[in-house]
Amino acid sequence: MTDSAVTPLNKAAPASGLHRWWQGSSRLRFLIVFTVVVIGLWEWACRASGVKSFTFPAPSLVWRELIADPMWLAQNTAYTLSAALAGFAISAALGLLLSIGIVYSRVLDRTLFTSLVASNAIPKVAIAPLFVLWIGTGIESKVLMAVLVSIFPMVVDSVVGLRSVDPGTLDLARTYRGSNLQIFWKIRFPGALPSIFAGMKVAISLALVGTIVGEFVGSNWGLGFVILQSQGQFNTPRVFAAILVLSVLGIVLYQIVDLIERRAMPWHVSHRNRHDDH
Amino acid sequence: MTMVAPAQADNQVTVASDVRAADALVKLRSVYKTYESDRGNILALENINLDIGKGEFLSLLGPSGCGKSTLLRCLAGLERISGGEVWVDGKALAGPPENLGIVFQRDMLLDWRTVLDNVLLPLEFLRRPTKPYVEPALKLLETFGLRRSADRYPWELSGGMRQRVAICRALLSDPALLLMDEPFGALDAITRDNLNIELQRIWTQTHKTILFITHSINEAILLSNRVAVMARDPGRIEEIVEVDLPWPRTLAMRETPEFIHYAARVRTIFERLGAFTG
Repeated sequence: MTDSAVTPLNKAAPASGLHRWWQGSSRLRFLIVFTVVVIGLWEWACRASGVKSFTFPAPSLVWRELIADPMWLAQNTAYTLSAALAGFAISAALGLLLSIGIVYSRVLDRTLFTSLVASNAIPKVAIAPLFVLWIGTGIESKVLMAVLVSIFPMVVDSVVGLRSVDPGTLDLARTYRGSNLQIFWKIRFPGALPSIFAGMKVAISLALVGTIVGEFVGSNWGLGFVILQSQGQFNTPRVFAAILVLSVLGIVLYQIVDLIERRAMPWHVSHRNRHDDH
Repeated sequence: MTMVAPAQADNQVTVASDVRAADALVKLRSVYKTYESDRGNILALENINLDIGKGEFLSLLGPSGCGKSTLLRCLAGLERISGGEVWVDGKALAGPPENLGIVFQRDMLLDWRTVLDNVLLPLEFLRRPTKPYVEPALKLLETFGLRRSADRYPWELSGGMRQRVAICRALLSDPALLLMDEPFGALDAITRDNLNIELQRIWTQTHKTILFITHSINEAILLSNRVAVMARDPGRIEEIVEVDLPWPRTLAMRETPEFIHYAARVRTIFERLGAFTG
């Protein structure tokens, strides 16, 4: 790889996609090297210290657990993923609707928004057992938990976004006799998109947290169940494997929202450097 | 270039005001505007009487707080007058008048729209089909040297270019009346000079009626048929200065004795009012 940079002949040759990708993203290159180093150190530390695997397993043991029964792990992952996604979808849609109501209605602002802020002070984890009592141990209780945990940032961020419209642009719209509906779709909503996406990025991560909490409280499926069950069996490598899958899931979900955001608003400040390249 | 009705009317001083009143596009009679505040009512505009002739370029010149922006906002239908009468094109003013173009000090371009889509925005508010206006919009952009920027986003443009886009946006619907609220106030001196000349060119070509707000004495004299000098506390029109300089006016004209004479005359009014000491 390093040779290609030295000889111009190789440089001119059509580089493979993978090669270009490696050359192109120094951030990713750093991340890969860093990860490999950390895993290496971890493995070495476990072996050298002789720590018991049920206390702190070496990466090799976690990997073995990961590939031991991939289908079973995949099914549990799918269960958690669908609950988290459903919870996120509901909280994004409902959160947006609520925030529109709050912005346009003084009554909703004073009642709903105030009670939402107050209810956010309740640790939601503490009321999770109630859901199991009310709607059982099925996937619904996990979805509900995911919604409950993730809707607050969604509403707060969307409200801020919809409210922080430039009054000058409203004057412009009024001068041309724009209707309230036009003002919403052409000015308020697109202007609020950066905040709405910020809320969604927080919400997608929290939806996953909510799902796991729901699974902890009562479930026969999902990564939360895997963690709890394996812990009961002193199978710490499997706990680690499940946590690993969970964090990969979290990163991927976040990146998907980030990608949608870039597609939805290429004009936004946070994405502008892409244009500066050429 | 074959202006100017008000200047011709000058020869018969006694008839002049009547002639103007007959062709006036905008008529203000005894207009008052008060704001309520904690310390009682504030008189923002006192007894404003003003006619703006069809095709006339009239500047409102005055220190900040003299109510010039308030006057413009009243004309745009963004504020309600507290007393008196306003007619635009023969109709008593109720809300934003039809066939109006407006340019603010800040360009108010929407970040998420390309230059072309920003220019088309007022037509969308006016519920007119935008397709037939795409070609005229591009032609209009071309006259401001912005043809190649039509598909760019506002953040890719300089301040002067952005304000040019804002002017195109105001002109596209071919309004009879163009209101400009310190449109060049935030620009550097050189850009400002260029835009003054461009605006004059547009005005001589289209014969729009323009109400132009500025606090630059030179800018007002350079561009206007008449300059309404305003004073503050309460906001009122102190004197209207007829500028009888030949057209087209050039930047170099600012060094001529005639121009300097007008500037001195306006400055004397401000001195008399204590605007320079206060």
